[in-house]
Formats: sequence, structure tokens, C-alpha cells
Amino acid sequence: MSVIDLKNIVKTYDMGEAEVVHALSGVSMTIDRNEYVAIMGPSGSGKSTLMNVIGCLDTPTSGSYLFNGISVSDMDDNELAKVRNKEIGFVFQTFNLLPRSDALHNVELPLIYGGMPSSERKRRATQTLEHVQLGDRIHHKPNELSGGQRQRVAIARALVTQPSIILADEPTGNLDTKTGEEIMMLFEELHNQGNTLIMVTHEATVADHAHRVVRLRDGMIESDEPVKHRKSHSGPGKKKQEEEWQSIKNALGG
Amino acid sequence: MYYLLELKEGLIISFRAIRANKMRSVLTTLGIVIGIVSVTLMATAIEGVNRAFDKSAAAFGTDVLYVQKFPWMSNEDWSTIRNRPNLKVSDANTIERQARLIDAVAPVLTTRRQTSYGDNSMDNTFVTGTTYQYINASGNVLEDGRFFTVEESNGGRPVCVIGAVVAETLFPMEDPIGKSIRVAGHRFRVVGIFEKQGGLFGEFTADNRICIPINSFQSKFGSRRRWVTIQVRVVDLKEMDDAKIELEGIMRKVRHLQPGKPNNFNINQQEILTATFAPISMVIASIGLFITGLSLFVGGIGIMNIMFVSVTERTKEIGIRKAIGAKRRTILMQFLTEAAALCLMGGLIGLIIAFPLSLVIDSFLPTAMPFSVVFIAITISLAVGVISGFMPAYRAARMDPVEALRHE
Repeated sequence: MSVIDLKNIVKTYDMGEAEVVHALSGVSMTIDRNEYVAIMGPSGSGKSTLMNVIGCLDTPTSGSYLFNGISVSDMDDNELAKVRNKEIGFVFQTFNLLPRSDALHNVELPLIYGGMPSSERKRRATQTLEHVQLGDRIHHKPNELSGGQRQRVAIARALVTQPSIILADEPTGNLDTKTGEEIMMLFEELHNQGNTLIMVTHEATVADHAHRVVRLRDGMIESDEPVKHRKSHSGPGKKKQEEEWQSIKNALGG
Repeated sequence: MYYLLELKEGLIISFRAIRANKMRSVLTTLGIVIGIVSVTLMATAIEGVNRAFDKSAAAFGTDVLYVQKFPWMSNEDWSTIRNRPNLKVSDANTIERQARLIDAVAPVLTTRRQTSYGDNSMDNTFVTGTTYQYINASGNVLEDGRFFTVEESNGGRPVCVIGAVVAETLFPMEDPIGKSIRVAGHRFRVVGIFEKQGGLFGEFTADNRICIPINSFQSKFGSRRRWVTIQVRVVDLKEMDDAKIELEGIMRKVRHLQPGKPNNFNINQQEILTATFAPISMVIASIGLFITGLSLFVGGIGIMNIMFVSVTERTKEIGIRKAIGAKRRTILMQFLTEAAALCLMGGLIGLIIAFPLSLVIDSFLPTAMPFSVVFIAITISLAVGVISGFMPAYRAARMDPVEALRHE
């Protein structure tokens, strides 16, 4: 069973005065567990809208969307909030951390909304921050962290609920090349550890990290193909990392 | 459990937000502070007026009936009652002989004269001529000394018992007992002092009064065309109504009134005052609380305004929270908590300011900020927070996460 199953998704925005914008006009695709997909396209191609629909932030005007086999296209606000909380981890271009909260609290937040008791929450958030190499920064506020560190906090926040998918919107867009590369390494690692990644980007170099690239144009899929000459980032350390992540997962009871 | 978690998170966020905008929070809270101060002080003052009234009314004695020519409070046409016959001192004797349910009867004649002792004098002192029974018939209590005896009373001796204010005025430094004071030139020896009563009806109480034997009064100040009051104290407060009926019967017999004819006298009692005052007090309290409540209302509008600003400022934050799984209710709770916390702070600060001010009021009126006012003030400030925070919080809760995230 696919994690994401989109069939003929249409999204229109009524701009008033009989003007209707077709952001998505019939998108169908499936994404399986542990895929690493990049969604590309020029601005106005509908990739942000598609990401919002996939991320359950928005519902399609028509079409069917099955998330883990369950239809989300006609869920109400609260049900969508629950899906976002449990099943989806967001990573944004501008990090979108809460400025007045420290790293730990930012990472804890989804668990708070999930109703997890405090001690368990703190333990898990700390472990996840350690996993993104920020174990020594857990009480730093976002303005005390570098861009790369902020994005790591955001990634930790996305990971902490062990979601079905991680949805990244231009995750390197606000980072310099070197830091962006580091973040892409981290994504690679997360993918190797079994996570499903969906990344929206307009940069080909970033999209090259993915294993499958979906190109959008004018609200429709232009092409959908695997990346053939993918640069390999999985060196000899891959197996070790995988073991490490497995041990963390076991420790978290997930 | 989940709600507690949400509430705790809401409180943490609120205090962070309040701390982040200290100046703004203080200014906004000021409206609530002023509102709570004025409402609590008004409530305290009303409580004070009521207590003062009760205390003053108590000076008339709950178990004392006043047989008089005119009613204390009346809707009757003055022209129909003004030609009533005067009461006579001898009526008191008739009542004493015939009534069963009464403990003591005293006729009372009053005039206003100047009293003096040495260089100290007091104008318009109430000079009361009465019998030895007065101390029992009035319910007044002596602070010091004694009341005049049967012999002094009947013999018209030049002795007097003075009220607390009279004692303070004429004898600021000395003990009045045994001293002779002058009442309109006539000498009277002080044998006793009444206990201080205080209250709103200052000069009508025993405080401004001096009591002298009725025979002395009549010989020194004359008795014609004076209004006699007959004070009657009932044996048992429970038989008050029966005693009143008995008294009415005796007086009608004295006056030779045919059945069916209206009384040409009145039997007054403290209850009349209380019954008259209660609705007035209600009106004053309602108007006072309404007007001061307006300032609280204005404070509430301030809170609502600043919460709208806060919601707009934090649109992005709301978007982030929604993206990672905050439900509408969670966001609603968060902003309601913030508004309620602001108002609660205002309420507490208001109480802290109002308390010393209530002590100032206490020096004019016998009052203290009642505990109920503290409780109500806290409840009201919470309610103002929740009510004025609701619209902004609802707007925040209903935000579209996509729109909110796009907001910069």
C-alpha cells in the first residue's frame, strides 16, 4: 500500500468576479514507503499547492487523496490537524521555529499537541535533537543558532513524532551552499534510515539528491521519473548509521 | 489530563508573550486595574453605607416602639395628620399600668439648648427630659456612671446623663462624672455617660444627647406645645407585633377612638427605617456598580483590542502551530488563556491597590473590603478576559494554516 495515493487532484482558487485560478488541474501520483521524491517546477506551476495538499494543510477541490489508505480529501479541520500532528513532519524554507522558545521546546511542540506526558516528551525531544547533532544546543533559542542549526532543529521537530512522511519545502533555500549540502546529507541519512521524504524545490542540484523527480507545469505533471545518475552519498558509513538509527528507534519504542 | 496539558502550555505561551511585550501588557492591564479598583472600592463603600445604616438603625433599638404624633416615613397627606392631638406625659403612665407585653415605658421630651462646662460649650445639644425608666426603655447602654434613680427622677433633681460626643466636647481632658455642666444656664450634675453609638444619624443618637429628669425639664424649659414621644421596650422581641397591637389598643382607648376611625397617632419602630432604606440602598448600589462597571467594560475593550493586535502579529506562529498539529480548540484556548491571564493580573494588581484605599474609606464608614468582593473581583476579571478575548481567539483559531504560514 502506498503512503500517498493522489487521483486526479484538482485545486482551484476563486479569485472573485468569475475569475478562477486552476492551481492543480488533475494530478495523479503515488508515493511508496521509503521513497525520496523531489517535486520540481517553475513558480506558478502548482508545486506549493501540491505540497499543501499532500501535507494536509489544504484540501483539494476535487479528486481523491488516500493517506495510508485513508481518505483525507473530506476530513474536517480537526481531523486534518491530527493527521498533520501524527503522520507528517514539515521542514520549511524559513525554518519556522517559534522564536521565543528554545530548541527543546520547539521539538517538543508536536508531542505536546499529541498529548504526550512531559517526561516522556522531554526524553524523546532530547534524543531526536541528539540525533541531528544538536545535543549540546537544546536550550538555545533560534536566534542563538546558525541557519544550519535552525534547520536541524526544524528537522528534529519533523522527526520527533516518527511521521509517515517528511515534507520539505525548499529546505536549503535560506542556507549557503555548504550548509545546504550538510542538510542534504542529513536528509540522505534519514532516507537511508527508512524515512519517506518528499521535497519541493526548484533547484536541480538539490533535486539530484532525490531518487525520483516529479516535474510540474501549469498544474499538471510534466514528467515523473527516477534519477538515473544519482551521486552516491552512501559511503561505507551507511550500514553503521542504519544500525544507529535502528537502536534509537528501539529506544523510542517506535 | 490533555486539557491540563493544553492549559499549562497556554499559560507558558501567555507569560512568554506578556513578558515579550512588557510595556504593552502593562498599559493594557491598566484598564482592568482601574476597572477593578473602582468596582471594588464602590462595592466596599456600598458595604460601608449599609453597615453604617444598620449600625445607626440599631441605635433606635430593634425592640423599642416609639409612640408619636407623626409617622417617621409616610405617604399620608400632611394636612390630614397635622391636626392630631399631642401625646401627654401621663399617657406613659396609662401604658405602663395597662400593657402586659412591655418591659419599660418612658416619656421623652426634647429641646435643643446650649450646654457648657468651663470654656467648652456645645450648641444645639439635644436635651431630653425623661424618667428613670429611659435607660431600660431606650436600649441605650452606659459607658460610665449610672442613670438617675427613681428619687432623682420623680424629685426633678438637677442631674444629667450625657452622650459620648457631649462628653468629648465639654470634657476633652477631664472625667465628667460628678462635674456640673450648664444647660441653658441651669446647672446639672453629670452622673453617667452613654456608650458611643456613631452612625449616620449622628445627632439623633444618644451621642449628642443629655438626659435630665422630666420634672426638671418641665420646670426649666416648659412642657406646653412640646411633642412627647413615648418609648416602649417590649419584653420579648418575638412578641413585637403583639405588643404593637396591644399598645395600639391602649392608645385608642386613651384617645376614645370609635372602631373604624383611623389612629390619630403613630407607633414607629426601627424596621420602618430599614424598610425605607433597603430599596434606596439597592438603587444606589446598582447605579454605583453600573457606572464603575463601565470602566471595567472599557478595560475589557482594551484587552480585546490588544488581543486582536496580538493575533495579527502572531499569524505566522499560528500557522506554524497549526502545521505541526494544533487543533482549532488548542489555538482558541491559547489566546483565551492569554487574555484571561492579562485580566487576572490586572485584577490582582487592582485588588492590591484597592485594599489600602478601602482602609481610607474605612476611616469614614465602618467597612472592610468583604472577602466576597475579593472573590467576585477575581471572577469578574477572569470573565472579562475570556469574554473580550473570545473574538480575537476565535479569529486565530479559524485561520487557514496555508494563509497563516505565508504571512510575514
